Amino acid sequence: MNRIKAFGAFWYDFVIGDDWHVAALVVAGLALTAILAHAAKVNAWWLLPLFVFAALGWSLHRATSNK
Amino acid sequence: MNALPLILTVFVACAVEAIEALTIVLAAGLTREWKSTFQGMAVALVVLAAVTAAVGPALTLLPLSALRLGVGALLAIFGLQWLRKAVLRATGYKALHDEASAYLREVAAAEAAPKAAKRGVNDWYAFTLSFKGVLLEGLEVVFIVITFGANQKNVGAAVIGAAAAIVIITVAGIAVKAPLAKVPENWMKFGVGIMLTSFGTFWGAEGAGVSWPGNDAALLVLVPLIALTSAGYVFWLRSRQAAVRVPATESEAVSS
Repeated sequence: MNRIKAFGAFWYDFVIGDDWHVAALVVAGLALTAILAHAAKVNAWWLLPLFVFAALGWSLHRATSNK
Repeated sequence: MNALPLILTVFVACAVEAIEALTIVLAAGLTREWKSTFQGMAVALVVLAAVTAAVGPALTLLPLSALRLGVGALLAIFGLQWLRKAVLRATGYKALHDEASAYLREVAAAEAAPKAAKRGVNDWYAFTLSFKGVLLEGLEVVFIVITFGANQKNVGAAVIGAAAAIVIITVAGIAVKAPLAKVPENWMKFGVGIMLTSFGTFWGAEGAGVSWPGNDAALLVLVPLIALTSAGYVFWLRSRQAAVRVPATESEAVSS
């Protein structure tokens, strides 16, 4: 059981890293982009970069606000 | 798309990871035993090559839009991790990765560990230290090689970039016989983070169903834009630090 936990923890740390909010924002940006592109037929190429910039800024703010 | 950005990105990413692996290998080899260290390194390289050979071609069989969506998401998340750490290190919120002190820590641990032969290896500690170091640092490179290579349908070019970096860093390490502490690792990580985030964003959005204005040429705007935004965050954090320090200095002056 401990080995499975350690294996899971390794891959979580490898892919998600120190701040899961970054991954969540990227996935949310991609989901919204797909919905706009397929359901609303909007070519929202500008949306994901906005989410990426926001994810980095938000994560940096969270990491430094208490220091 | 031209293979040069692919080769350069993989080369720099691989060089950074190879420098970190070299520190561990040198600590194991110089303080324990070279034969067991090389055995550990060789087994790790075989595992990494096998993973690349198995997963890389398999990924290229996926439909392009699904591949780009999945790989784009992973690359953007991965790239943002690198960028986040690089910005925090550039602004002093996180300590810079210091190969010299990392080497001293590994040497101290290696000197303290008892020597024991196991499974045909003379020094099991040197073997496992070298194996784990190369495997863990190499996994990130394999991830970048596979995702970049599969997306560009050119795993071979990505492997060339990775192999060139490993050869150059290994030769430099043998020549210097010390960790490569003077290499500007954080700025290299900054560059890799920008490239991974840019390509991840580009491919992820394409996989989600959008068309970029100018197609591949959009990357010529996206890469500098992400670089400028990251530089802007460095400037923002530095000015915030300075704003915190100035009132402190003023209050010290008043109290004295």
